[in-house]
Amino acid sequence: MTELQAEQGAQALEVSHEAKTRRNRDALIALAVFVLLALLPAVFSSKLLLDFVIRCAAYGLFATSLNLLVGYTGLISFGHGMFFGLGAYGFGLMMQKTGVPVPVAFVATLAITFVVALVIGAICVRLKEIYFAFVTLAFQMLIHSTILSWVSLTGGDQGLRGGIPRPPFLGIDLSNQLHLYVASCALLVIGLFLMHRIAQSPFGYTLRMIRDNATRASFIGIDVWRAKLTIFVLAALFASTGGIIMALFVSGAYPEFAYWTISGEGIFINMLGGVTTFLGPMVGTVLLLILNDTVTRLTDYHGLVLGIVILFFAIGLRKGLMDFVVEWYAQRRNGDGERR
Amino acid sequence: MLEIRSLSKSFGGVKATDNVTLDFADGSLTAVIGPNGAGKSTFFNLITGALTPDAGQILLNGLDLAGRTPPEIVRHGIGRAFQVASIFPSLTVQETMLAAVCADQRKASVLHRRFPLAETRDRAEHAMELLGLANKRNRTAATLSHGDQKLLDIALALVLDPKVLLLDEPTAGMGTEERWRMIEKVRELWETQKITVVFIEHDMDIVFKIAPEIVVLCYGRILATGKPDAIRRNEAVIEAYLGTEHHAGITV
Repeated sequence: MTELQAEQGAQALEVSHEAKTRRNRDALIALAVFVLLALLPAVFSSKLLLDFVIRCAAYGLFATSLNLLVGYTGLISFGHGMFFGLGAYGFGLMMQKTGVPVPVAFVATLAITFVVALVIGAICVRLKEIYFAFVTLAFQMLIHSTILSWVSLTGGDQGLRGGIPRPPFLGIDLSNQLHLYVASCALLVIGLFLMHRIAQSPFGYTLRMIRDNATRASFIGIDVWRAKLTIFVLAALFASTGGIIMALFVSGAYPEFAYWTISGEGIFINMLGGVTTFLGPMVGTVLLLILNDTVTRLTDYHGLVLGIVILFFAIGLRKGLMDFVVEWYAQRRNGDGERR
Repeated sequence: MLEIRSLSKSFGGVKATDNVTLDFADGSLTAVIGPNGAGKSTFFNLITGALTPDAGQILLNGLDLAGRTPPEIVRHGIGRAFQVASIFPSLTVQETMLAAVCADQRKASVLHRRFPLAETRDRAEHAMELLGLANKRNRTAATLSHGDQKLLDIALALVLDPKVLLLDEPTAGMGTEERWRMIEKVRELWETQKITVVFIEHDMDIVFKIAPEIVVLCYGRILATGKPDAIRRNEAVIEAYLGTEHHAGITV
């Protein structure tokens, strides 16, 4: 072996070691966050807080998965909420009609989402910008209309009534609020961990290249259509998981879960938290839910207040909260255009 | 060897490329010149798959690539850089190189490993050294100077180890001094990398100084091909491309 080869070999080992260390660090952080969340009920006994965290888990998974499309790939989807609704209805119906164990219904719902997202994605990701946005919105309205009109299956505008049966499995009873809380936290942490892995993988960088310059990406050998379709389907799976948590939480599913306003909230959460950081949407979710709960308690005109906040962020700040945090941090380290 | 056989492309009634037949020998350096609208960029777009030819063949070592998609053509070994630097503004120089090597190694869809992959580092490093971008590795592409963005664009094509490198006006938008630096770089790359380089250029001083072979296009057709001296003396070229005003200057 020449000296150069030995040096290159050592460099390669160093890189793979570095990658492994980072991966282990991420896994440890995820585990620590889960333990902290799981211990929360021991410190604060408020049921309202547990409910709040469960809702954060549902919306957080949904909004973060939307950021994989919007922030990482530059695919502005106005119809991502359809997969949230699909998750809720798929899981609810499966539990009501078939009586299969919860894990089976969970996996089956993700399988259905996979197929639906693959078909819708194959049609949509060929389109650019506003066309993509509106065709995804059209598909969302199609699914919403189907839910409303297929009354015998979905209960129409009344939603899935009578509650969703949640038979215990492996000692986990999801009709118990504490169990549901821990399960939701686990799904949230696992979901965020997996999405972070996607964002930091070679595929994550392929998505960034497509966002920045799809034409150039194709001229270095990237199949842009395939990459877009892959992330569309993956994001749908995480959104669906959010929907499943929501269905478990409210023990039902309602047409609003598949309405365009859910997609709109997802976009708003991303604007609120910022799309340039991985955790932006999660921060946005917490902010929006706090805002929503507070404003709804204080006034009947909560739509008006939320609208003003949206305008403030969209026109006034033009960035999400986490974007400011990152900028401030970067400026503190160095202000000369270097990123690391 | 890159062989173009009867390549044609029309837009409506305009023949942008009209029955072009050309050979580019392995390891050759060729300049493509021609007045505005001569079909130079269309010619590049056809070879790289950005446009589908109406007729003709694009043979790379005997394999016909006409009508294939850009990713397929790149994988067969034809890389290109653009007239306006086509880069990824939010990625750093190093990330750009590493991601490009990843794509070339068919690992652009890898989900289970962390970026960057260890096996991509050497090639990325080599390309940055070649183009003199190593000391700017952590700068985001958007913050680079115009010249460095053009170099990064070329590096993006070069890092894929192409057999043929097509450069669409590598010196576009540069000052005189920067132009010469860039074209020296192109020449140096051609000499050290032993690849086939075809470049479009407007500056005649540059073309006649560094290109051993020249192709002149006009209205989508080949007006002349040959060595600089022959092109310089070609009446048709002087008339159609340089105009009579430049006649005296160019032949001196």
